[in-house]
Amino acid sequence: MEFVDALINILNSTIRVSVPLLLACLAGLYSERAGVFDIGLEGKMLAGAFAAGAAAAVFGSAWIGLIMAVFVSVGLALVHGFASITHRGNQIVSGVAINFIAAGSTIILGQAWFQQGGRTPSLPAEDRFGAIVLPFADALRDVPIIGQLYSGLLSGHTLLAYLAFLAVPFTWWVLFRTRFGLRLRAVGENPAAVDTAGISVSWLRYRAVICTGVLTGLAGCYMALSQNAGFVKDMTAGRGYIALAALIFAKWKPVPAMFACLLFGFLDALSIRLQGRPLAVFEWLPVVVAVLVLAGLMTIARWKPLRSIIAAVLVGIAAAWLVSVFYGGLTAAFQNSVLGAPIRVPVQLMQALPYILTVILLAGFIGKAIPPRAGGVPYVKER
Amino acid sequence: MAEAAIELIGIDKSFGTVRANRDINLVIERGTIRGIVGENGAGKSTLMSILYGFYQADSGEIKVGGKPVSIKTPNDAIALGIGMVHQHFMLVQNFTVIENIILGAEDEALLKRSIANARSELERLEREYGLEVDPDAVIEELPVGLQQRVEILKALYRGAEILILDEPTGVLTPAEADHLFRILKQLKDQGKTIVLITHKLREIMAITDTVSVMRQGTVVATRETAKTTVEELAELMVGRRVLLRVEKGEAKPGEVKLAVDNLTVRDSRGVTMVDDVSFDVRGGEIVGIAGVAGNGQSELIEAISGIRKAVSGTVLLDGKPIEVTGQADPGELRDRGLAHVPEDRHYVGLVLAFEENENSILGYHDKTEYLKGPFLDIDAIRADAKQKIEKFDIRPANDRLKTANFSGGNQQKIVLARELEQNPGVLVVGQPTRGVDVGAIEFIHKQLIAMRDRGKAVLLVSVELDEIRSLSDRILVMFDGRIVGERGPDATEGELGLLMAGVERQEAAE
Repeated sequence: MEFVDALINILNSTIRVSVPLLLACLAGLYSERAGVFDIGLEGKMLAGAFAAGAAAAVFGSAWIGLIMAVFVSVGLALVHGFASITHRGNQIVSGVAINFIAAGSTIILGQAWFQQGGRTPSLPAEDRFGAIVLPFADALRDVPIIGQLYSGLLSGHTLLAYLAFLAVPFTWWVLFRTRFGLRLRAVGENPAAVDTAGISVSWLRYRAVICTGVLTGLAGCYMALSQNAGFVKDMTAGRGYIALAALIFAKWKPVPAMFACLLFGFLDALSIRLQGRPLAVFEWLPVVVAVLVLAGLMTIARWKPLRSIIAAVLVGIAAAWLVSVFYGGLTAAFQNSVLGAPIRVPVQLMQALPYILTVILLAGFIGKAIPPRAGGVPYVKER
Repeated sequence: MAEAAIELIGIDKSFGTVRANRDINLVIERGTIRGIVGENGAGKSTLMSILYGFYQADSGEIKVGGKPVSIKTPNDAIALGIGMVHQHFMLVQNFTVIENIILGAEDEALLKRSIANARSELERLEREYGLEVDPDAVIEELPVGLQQRVEILKALYRGAEILILDEPTGVLTPAEADHLFRILKQLKDQGKTIVLITHKLREIMAITDTVSVMRQGTVVATRETAKTTVEELAELMVGRRVLLRVEKGEAKPGEVKLAVDNLTVRDSRGVTMVDDVSFDVRGGEIVGIAGVAGNGQSELIEAISGIRKAVSGTVLLDGKPIEVTGQADPGELRDRGLAHVPEDRHYVGLVLAFEENENSILGYHDKTEYLKGPFLDIDAIRADAKQKIEKFDIRPANDRLKTANFSGGNQQKIVLARELEQNPGVLVVGQPTRGVDVGAIEFIHKQLIAMRDRGKAVLLVSVELDEIRSLSDRILVMFDGRIVGERGPDATEGELGLLMAGVERQEAAE
């Protein structure tokens, strides 16, 4: 079935583009749950990606690339920690500084070392993380639906992708079932309570920041060594910020964070797929109208059930639209009318789609997201 | 005399040039309740922080159970069996009771067994001390009295033999405070040593065995509670004689200045907090609103002073309506002679990061006397501030000092000076002496009486029953959003207490 194939295809690329988002989102979760806001996820990912690309190219090993990515990213995380934990600096300023350092230094070092305009040399397949084919994936390929899902969707990702999704239950377990997690959550809510309980606030927050560094390093490494064949300048392209948005959307919880990242990843994958393909007016019109009307209603509606209804309608329209776009059943019906006239949409608009929807989702859907209470505030012992 | 649980010998502690503690010598006997009283800034909290390992003394020695010890961190204190219940609870608001209790005292890296152990230990503590609390309740959903109980349980769970309580009743209702005292007595009977830091002298008299008075960083006296009086302690604290009950003449009520009619107010969650309330305040009288905190008093005065929208009802100021259900403008009300001393001076009354002189005109800053053309007239403002500082004895007498650096009592004086010096016709004042020293309380009370005697109308809201009884000419009691009774100034505490608890609601409604 053409439609199922198309759907699996787009879901598969959803997973691929979600992985760096998810790793970065979980990275932010550790830090922010501990009360250290981190707007520098973007910079750490970028530096990690560069380190991975550069090290893999020089040493010819993906594993050394991975180690260097984590090393560099943790280094930057410690800089953020030093500024905002030890010296109680402004966390936003420190995070922004890290983003600038990463954006500038990766290009300069890349150019100085490899002379390829800020990119690292293109890596052969053996120096990257290859796809892992799950057992029986080939055998099951022809089983309808289930087999297709298994071999087309679940199988064939790289090590880091599986790691990212395993990190979700692991993070949940760490946060809610271990002593470290209990203290981590506590220090993000009320560091004074942690301090009076005889636990070092600084050391706890440093450990959280190190977790963040490890995960952003993995995210960068995935981008350079799995998704692409090396580092390209500015390759993170705002994913660190989208990850932060997903984190807020998920209210700082690991499992919702995964779904939020998958949603943003889906929008991203959709935009890639629809790029350059002329869409008929009937394919566009309902979405544009629905989004505008519903976004307007959403800002007016204060009544919770109404918001849910609006959300459900929006999802319904989106689904109907998807079917019409992929299945093409409506194309024939509208072929000769004005509604069937194809419109070529600028690539930029398609690329902006996930961001536009992010804004709408964040503005309308999540309701009140309560951040960790001590977030962004350096801890000063009171007298 | 029983053996000493704690001995402090020659403790000195300075912060910069301020000597917070000087040559403190204190012996606290095992199995007793020791009160430590003193004005804000007398060094009580510093001393206890030294004992709990937050600070280290510059010199001096601490002995616990007769042995010299060094307490460098709260961990050391906990290991020595010292537990502390802080004034601002050290609880994680969105954690459960049990999570808060094990925080920092977990048995191992995984939580499962720690939680199971804590659960059985909690049951034991509950049996032994009657400290009941649902271990799975989330802290922010518990009333403050129970939150405090969790703090006590936290200390006991860590094996505390010596329990320090810092201003424990500041946030409690009278009934909750009584319950706390019963718990403390029980803990004492089980051999625990309790140190109670407070500035409420009545509590000291009610529960302690011995009491030490601190003033300006030193212990000026230690007395057996049974052999001292409130008057003596107050004098020791302040260093001069203090009138605990302000003397005042007969009220001479005049015209109705403030008329509240069928006022209904809901809070942000939509709960009706003020339910169809009506009353008048005349010039030359103080009307006190008594009630346990959270029965609608806060919302009532917020609505009257224009910072919270009412649902329905009218309020007349000098016979002219205030737009309580619409966009009332607090600034306009101020111009019309309604001054408001808010309950929460930090949140509503002051900008703590401002200098004192800026706060002393805040809200009146567009009056021509403070302006030079479109600009603020800094000289005039500072001169005005200096005058207020002198008249209200605000200390330190420095109008350029950041407001955050003043003590609570002096901050309150800054707000009062600002509002009273504008000579308003009506004063709405909430909790005028919350967190204020004995000496300053006397001064503030005198100012309020003086307002009344000048023929102004004063609406006073306070959770301190003593304050209401000593100041008010008429007492209205609020319970559950309604006024459930009106009494004269001679009403007994018991009578008001029953009304406040809603017991006489039926009779009062008739």
